[in-house]
Formats: sequence, C-alpha cells, structure tokens
Amino acid sequence: MGRKLLLDKAHVEGIRSFEVYRREGGYRSVEKALKTMSPDQVTEEVKKSGLRGRGGAGFPTGMKWGFLAKPEGVPRYLVVNADESEPGTFKDRYLMEFIPHLLIEGIITSSYALGSKCSYIYIRGEYAWIVGILEQAIAEAKNNGFLGKNILGSGFDCEIYIQRGAGAYICGEETALLESLEGKRGNPRIKPPFPAVKGLWNCPTVVNNVETIAAVVPIINDGGEEYAKIGIGKSTGTKLISACGNIKKQGVYEIEMNISVEEFIFSDEYCGGIANGRQLKACIPGGSSVPILPANLLLKTAKGESRMMTYEGLADGGFQTGSMMGSGGFIVMDDRQCVVRHTYTLARFYRHESCGQCSPCREGTGWMEKILLNLETGKGKMSDIDLLWDIQRRIEGNTICPLGDAAAWPVAAAIRHFRDEFEWHVTNPDDAQRRNYGLANYGAAMSAG
Amino acid sequence: MTFTAEKLKEVAEIVSRYPEGKHKSSLIPVLHLAQREFGGWLSAETMDYVASLLKLEPIEVYEVATFYSMYNLKPVGKHLFEVCQTGPCMLNGSDDIIKYIYERLGIKPGETTADGLFTLKTVECLGACGYAPMLQLGDHYREHLTKEKVDALIEECSKQTAAQN
Ligand SMILES: Cc1cc2nc3c(=O)[nH]c(=O)nc-3n(C[C@H](O)[C@H](O)[C@H](O)COP(=O)(O)O)c2cc1C
Ligand code: SF4
Ligand code: FES
Repeated sequence: MGRKLLLDKAHVEGIRSFEVYRREGGYRSVEKALKTMSPDQVTEEVKKSGLRGRGGAGFPTGMKWGFLAKPEGVPRYLVVNADESEPGTFKDRYLMEFIPHLLIEGIITSSYALGSKCSYIYIRGEYAWIVGILEQAIAEAKNNGFLGKNILGSGFDCEIYIQRGAGAYICGEETALLESLEGKRGNPRIKPPFPAVKGLWNCPTVVNNVETIAAVVPIINDGGEEYAKIGIGKSTGTKLISACGNIKKQGVYEIEMNISVEEFIFSDEYCGGIANGRQLKACIPGGSSVPILPANLLLKTAKGESRMMTYEGLADGGFQTGSMMGSGGFIVMDDRQCVVRHTYTLARFYRHESCGQCSPCREGTGWMEKILLNLETGKGKMSDIDLLWDIQRRIEGNTICPLGDAAAWPVAAAIRHFRDEFEWHVTNPDDAQRRNYGLANYGAAMSAG
Repeated sequence: MTFTAEKLKEVAEIVSRYPEGKHKSSLIPVLHLAQREFGGWLSAETMDYVASLLKLEPIEVYEVATFYSMYNLKPVGKHLFEVCQTGPCMLNGSDDIIKYIYERLGIKPGETTADGLFTLKTVECLGACGYAPMLQLGDHYREHLTKEKVDALIEECSKQTAAQN
C-alpha cells in the first residue's frame, strides 16, 4: 500500500467536523508554524520539499512563493484555485468534500508564510454544495481560534472567504481567475506583470491549486526533507489522480510518485484494470489538455522502459511519444472507443470555453470543432486531416493564455498517433455515420498487455 | 423589483468580504442570488436592479451576465436538467442518457416542455467525470445515471411540483 499524506484520514467517521479532524492530529501545522517558525522558514520548508504545483503546470511552489513581492504597506493575497474544470479532473472536489479542514488548515499555514491576512478560495460555481461544507469548516476553525484576529496569540490575523464562480473553464487560468474575482469577465491578462507582483486588485498575489495548498500541511508537520524522500527525482511526494473512463474502479487515488502506469491501471489497489473485459486502447493521463497516448506508448516509453507515474515519466519522449502529468485527470479508453469522436468532444469543449480575446484561439477552436464533427459523422475529406493539423499548429504559442495550446495539443496528438482512424472515417463514411467504429479496435493490437 | 430584507442582509455580508471600494467583486455572487430570487433567470430588469443595488453601470452587469454559462438569459423550466456531454462522460454513455431524456420529455437540448416544467441543457465537464454519466439539477449532482434513474428523477420532480401546487 502506498503512503497517503492527504487522504489518509478522509474516511474517518465524522472527519468533516473540527472536533474529529483535530483529534486526528489536525491543525498541528498551524501551531507549529505560528508558534515556532518565521514566515520565511515555512517557505523554506516548502522549497526543500520539492512540491510542484498540482493545478497542471507543475511549477515549484516554494520558488513561486519566493517571487512574491513584499512592498511596505501593500496587502498581499493568497488565492486558492478551486475552479477545477479540466475534463477528467475531479480530485480537488474530493478533497474539499471529504476532508475540508485539510484545505482550511493548509490555507492558514500558507497565508502565514505569505503574509496574506485575507485569503480567497475561488471555487467553480457548479460545486454549490461544497461551498456549504467549506463555510462550515471555516466557521469551526474560527470558533476554535485558528482564524480571525491574533491566531494562537501569534499576532497573525487571517480571514478566509469563498468566491463562487459562475461557469467558465477559463477562470481556472490564474489571471482570468483574478479578473473574475474582481467581478469581471474572465479574460486572461497579458503577462508580465505576473500575479506575484500585480495580482488581485493590483496587489502581490499567489494563486495555488487546492491540492498544492493541502500538501503544505504534511510538509510543515513532517518537514520538507521528509516529504522530498517520497517519489522519484523532481517528482516528490504524493499526487492525487482522478481516474475515469473505461476502468473497473473509477475514483480519486492518492499515489506515491514512484509507481508505474501499468501498476496504476491494472492493480487492484488502483483502477483494477479495464472494465467489461475489454482491452486498453488509449489514455489521456493528465486532463483533457495533454496529449493522448496509445496503449503501447502509455505503458512503455519509446526506449522500451516501463513508464512511471511521475512528471518526468509521463513527459518522457516529449510530445512525439510522451504526454504530461497535467492536473492528474486520468482518462482511460477501451478498444470500443473512437478517438475521433472523443477528440471532437474536446474540441467542442475548448470552443465553448475560449474567452474570445485572441483570434487564433477564438477562430481556430471553432474550425477544429467543425472539421472534427464532419470527420466524425462521415462527411470529412482526406485533406481535412492536414487542415486540422495546420490549424492546431497555428494556434499553439500564438495566444495570450495557454488555453490555445490546451486546445491544440489534444488534436495534434490524436492525429499523430491515430491518423489511420481519422482516415478510416473518410474512407468509410457510412460506418462512421452509424457510429460503427470498425477501426476502433485497432488499438488492441498494439496493447502491450 | 427588490430583494427581501433578508436577502439584502446577505448582499451586505457578501460586500463585506472585500476591501473598501472593491465592492464590484460582489457582482458574481449577487447575480447568483438574483437569479435564484427572480425566477431562475436574469432579465434585463433584474440586471438593472443589481446594477443599481451595487452602484455599477448596467453594462458592467450585462458584460458579466453574458460571459458565464450558469446565468440563464432566457426563462428556463422549473427543473433544469444540465447533462454533461464532454469526452469522459461520453465514454460512459452520456449520449444515450441525453437521447433518453429527449425521448421521455420530447425536448431537445435547449428546449423547455410546454408545461414549463423541464428544460434540457447540455453542458461541458462539471468535474464529475468518474461518476458518469451525470447531470446537474439545482445545487446538486445526480451521478451514475441509468434510464431507470432518469425515470425516477422525472417522477421526483413531477411529484415535487404537484406537492407545491
Ligand atoms: C485554461 C486553463 C485552465 C486552468 N484551470 C485550472 C484549474 O481549474 N485549477 C487549477 O488549480 N489550475 C488551473 N490552471 C492553472 C493555473 O493557471 C495556475 O497555474 C495554477 O492555479 C497554479 O497553482 P499551482 O502552482 O498550485 O498548480 C489552468 C490553466 C489554464 C491555462
Ligand atoms: S488563448 Fe483563448 S482563452 Fe486564452 S486569452 Fe486567448 S482567446 Fe482567451
Ligand atoms: S466529462 Fe462529464 S463531468 Fe467531466
């Protein structure tokens, strides 16, 4: 059994209440930090831990905290990103729903390190019922002296407020999130300036993912070095993976970053293998934005080594033969599934979610959706495949925020690895129309099994 | 058009979460309140009221209301079925569920039943991909949907409406 640092107590009866959470050792990190450490020492531990942002980009958290500007007399803010809208991702929801105090504890300790007296949780609007769970946890923490004025007699004041979004994937992008928190449309800002210098209301701001902030708790409790002992190389600690699609046991798993993809998919401790006696065809291992991999490249790298569930392992081979850890949204497809159809739904998603500021993203996502729908329904031409390739190439790198790349990559990878499936849709229009995916099985032949 | 005294207190509490002069931040939460209070959608009248209440220009409210997908800019049925249709849900049969609701209620995505009770809407990933197929109904998710569960849900909504009439 892998070690669990975040979810080990998630199933203790009554853990949502302050009383039980505290009895199980909760809020120790706040006591330790506020009573025995300076804010910079807390940041130092986070640096030592090697913790990388769990929202998708994997940027080292301690370094990010170190960039926070600290001008005299200007407030600083911690904003927690609970927008969680990347298809395939539902891990932050799980953490907040089942062990809400862990997030609140992490926010207090992190706010102390950053000097944020007022921290916000920006949560996607559809998670309406979770708002109540978090508000309850905040109220309990406050009643017990862990929030409010002069926490534990340390002189540190802190409040946490929850802001509910209203339906927009783009508000997960940190500058769009800040715009939204200021009461505006979620249009990403041009960087620089970065939020660390000019963020919320033009004040220095750190934006971190829910899971990142929760991981600060074990890091402070046990020390950064202890945390860094788990995992491989620069992939330290544990990672929440939300696994979905055609596996036997969908759900949220906390893994030590030292297991192989094969173990994750096939062992009973995790996904339990492919559902309904089918075979593994392909997988998008890090949320909808990262490249899809066919079974053979998923389980083994191009060098023939076993692929590991780490940042480096999933990225091994670059975009030619690898993918990314991303948000940890692990989408598994069995041999009945059609890559063209799946890619079409993702293109539709990105068209729907583009904020419309940049022409390549606004227009390109619409074109990709239309062409993919034509291909999917048997109305496509061979030249459409090259056109798609051309469009995605022109979006990538030419936009204000990474949503453009996020829309381009899945299309590029689908064509790169499954071109014959796209071609089959052109040469067999009637079957494509009837959604009779004759070629869908072809991934099975490649299964490393 | 005005909020009740109780709702006005709630608005004041929301505004108090932000520093002095940053009350514009309250717009998105207050629009959620307004949509709930005033018939499940945001009419021009409702948006103008929110603008005057928060001392914002009406255009600032329209801009926001039209950006976010949870704000309804047209009236919707009493029960709004928002079914996820994105890839991960599709892998586990959301297409069939959408089709089944269409057959049961006779409405396509975007339409409302003649009696004004049900609206069907397709939405993009709601963060429930591991519990697919799913739909959002009000403040809650209904997950692991089957045809039987859809039947039960329609029944539940109809009963609830009958009890209120
Ligand atoms: C289009 C887009 C959507 C994003 N959505 C999310 C999200 O839902 N949750 C999240 O934590 N980060 C999301 N991010 C990443 C954030 O911009 C940011 O990098 C992250 O919140 C930083 O936190 P971390 O360093 O703790 O990961 C998104 C980025 C982009 C470009
Ligand atoms: S890349 Fe797309 S989502 Fe990002 S700013 Fe440009 S138009 Fe908006
Ligand atoms: S794809 Fe439907 S909830 Fe994520």
